[in-house]
Amino acid sequence: MPEMTYRDALNMALKEEMRRDPSVVTWGEDVALYEGSFKVTRGLLAEFGEERVKDTPISENTIVGVAVGAAMGGLRPIAELMTVNFALLAMDQIVDHMAKIRSMFGGQVNLPMVVRMPGGGGSQLGAQHSQSLETYFMHCPGLYVAYPATPADAKGLLKSAIRDNNPVIFLEHELLYNSKGEVPEDPEFLVPFGQASVMRPGTDATIVAYARMSILAQQAAAELENDGISCEVIDLRTLTPLDTETIMASVQRTGRAVVVEECWRTAGLGGHIAATIGENCFDTLRAPVKRVSGLDVPMPYSRKIERICIPQTETIAAAVRELMAAKY
Amino acid sequence: METKLRAILPDHELIRFYEQMVLSREFEESCAEQYTKGHITGFLHLYSGQEAVAVGATAGLHRDDYILSAYREHPQAIIRGADPRRVMAELFGKSTGLCKGKGGSMHLFDPDLNFMGGYAIVGGQFPIACGLAFSAKFRGEDRIAACFFGDGAVNQGTFHESLNWARLWELPVLFICENNFYGIGTEVHRSSALASIHRRTCGYDIPAEKVDGMDVIAVYKAVKYGAEKVRETGMPYFIEATTYRFRGHSMADPAKYRSAAEHEVWKSRDPIPNYAKRLLEEGIATQAQLDAILAKAQETVQEAVRFAEESPWPEDASVYEDIYV
Repeated sequence: MPEMTYRDALNMALKEEMRRDPSVVTWGEDVALYEGSFKVTRGLLAEFGEERVKDTPISENTIVGVAVGAAMGGLRPIAELMTVNFALLAMDQIVDHMAKIRSMFGGQVNLPMVVRMPGGGGSQLGAQHSQSLETYFMHCPGLYVAYPATPADAKGLLKSAIRDNNPVIFLEHELLYNSKGEVPEDPEFLVPFGQASVMRPGTDATIVAYARMSILAQQAAAELENDGISCEVIDLRTLTPLDTETIMASVQRTGRAVVVEECWRTAGLGGHIAATIGENCFDTLRAPVKRVSGLDVPMPYSRKIERICIPQTETIAAAVRELMAAKY
Repeated sequence: METKLRAILPDHELIRFYEQMVLSREFEESCAEQYTKGHITGFLHLYSGQEAVAVGATAGLHRDDYILSAYREHPQAIIRGADPRRVMAELFGKSTGLCKGKGGSMHLFDPDLNFMGGYAIVGGQFPIACGLAFSAKFRGEDRIAACFFGDGAVNQGTFHESLNWARLWELPVLFICENNFYGIGTEVHRSSALASIHRRTCGYDIPAEKVDGMDVIAVYKAVKYGAEKVRETGMPYFIEATTYRFRGHSMADPAKYRSAAEHEVWKSRDPIPNYAKRLLEEGIATQAQLDAILAKAQETVQEAVRFAEESPWPEDASVYEDIYV
C-alpha cells in the first residue's frame, strides 16, 4: 500500500469518484483554477473540465443552496466551503434546507450531496478562523457528519460520502492535511458510515475521540503504555451516525472512559457521549466519565495561549492518569 | 384597445384560466373556514387576490419546467396539477397529504409535477432554483426553473447572491416576484430603498419587466415571453408582477396596516370578476357556464375537505421515517 498524505488521499477519492460517476460535480471558492485553498482539489479542473469543477463567488449560503438544488435535480454535487468557519454563513441552507428537505417533503426526494470543509484550530489563525463546529452539525437531524483522522479513512469516508444518497457534512482537519499514512489504491475501497475504528486495543481505559484528537489520543496512549496503563483508543470516524455500540462494548470491558473533543466543552458532543456512556454503562463504570475539551473561549491568536485552548497529548494523558488514580 | 382574448388563446384555454382562478379562490376560502373550525392549524397564508399570477404564470411554462415557491403556495401546487384532496389532507396534517402530513401548508411538494417545493425561510428557494437550473443545463435538458417569491424576499442575501450566480453561470432561471406590496405589515417602500423591484436586477445584468399581476392574460404573456427568452438564451430573466392579497399575511393577521380605501381600490381590480366580464363580453363563455364552473369548483373543494376529514392521522412511528434514505 502506498503512503500518502491526508490531502492526497482526499484528492484521490475526489478523482476516483468523478471518474466513476459523471454526475459528480464540485464547486466552491477557488476550487478550480486555484486548485483549492488547501490544494485538495488539485488537478481536478485539468482532468474534468470547467463544466464539472467550478469556481464560485464568495456566497457561502448559495454555494450550499445550489448544491441542494442540483442534488434534487439528480446530480451528486460536492460543495467546498473554504473553512468550517464560513459554514456559519451557510447555516440556513445547511440546517433549514439540506437537512430538512427530505423529511419535510415526505421522503419524496433524495439529496445525494456532500459539503466539504476544513476545520479545527492550532494554526494561529485567530478567533474567526480556528473554530471546531462539529457539534453544530451533529446536533441537527437529517445530516450525516464525517470527520476522518487518518489518510486511509479520509479516502474511504469521502468516497462513501459521495456515493451516499443522504446529505453529508464532511469535515477535514487543517492540521492533518500533511499527515501521512498507508492508503489502499483500490478504487472500491470504502469506509462505511457509523462504524468507529478501534485504533489501539487496551484494557484499562477507553479514549473516545475523532479526527486530530484521535491522533493525539494514540500518542497519549503510547506514552501511558510506558507507565503500565493500557488504553483503548476509539476513533469515531463519523459523528452522525454515532457508533455507540463500539463505544459501549469497549467501556463495558475497561470500566473507564475519557471523551476527547476539540470543540467547546459547554453543550458539546463530549457531553452527549459522556451522558450516553453514563446511561448505558453505569453498572460497569469504575469512575465518572471524563471529558477533555477545547476551552470555552474565543480562540486567542498567540501560539503560547492558543495551545492551552486545544486538547493536547499531555492533557489527554493527564486525564487518563487522574482517572486511573481516582478511588471511588 | 385591448387585444381580443381569442387572438391570444383558444376558448378552452381561456376558460381553463377562469376555472383555475375560481378553484384557487374557493380552495383558499375553504381553508380559512377549516382554520376557524380548528381543522387546519399552524400558519396559514392564503393566496386570495393573487390568483392571476399563479394561473397565468403556470400556463406560460412548460410542464417539464421546475416550479419553486414560498409559503403562500397552495394554488400554485394545485394549478400545476396537485390533487386538491391531497393538498387539503396535508393542511389537515393527515397521512394522505401530499407530504404525508410532514410538510403542512408551507411545504407542499410533488416531484412528479416538477413542483419542487414551498419554502418557509424567506428567500430560501433562490439558490435551490439555481441548483435545479444547473442540473437541467448540465444534462442538456430542455427545462427551466421558475422561482416565485414575494416582495419581502428581495432584501435577503440569497436574492442578491442567486441573481449574481444565475447570470454568472448562465442558468435558465425565471425569477417571478409576486409583489403584493407588503412583507407582513411592512410596505415595500419602507423595506426597499428602490421600491421598483424589477429595476434592482440591473446590478446583475438580468433583463426584467413589470406586469399587472391582477390580469391573468398579461401575466401569461409576460411569463410565456420570459420563459422563451430563458430557453433561447440560457440566461435568467426577471418578472415583477404587482398584485394584492385580499387577506392578511396569515390567518393570524387582521391587516390593520392597510387602509379600507386602498383595499377597495384593489378589490375593484379582483382578477376573477374582471376576467369573467371579459369572457362574457367577448362571447367566450355564458353566465350559465361561469356559474357551472363555480359550482364545480365548490364541489371539488367540498370533496377535498371530506377526503381530508376522513383520512387517517399519521402513525407515531412515522416521525422517524423519511429523514434518511
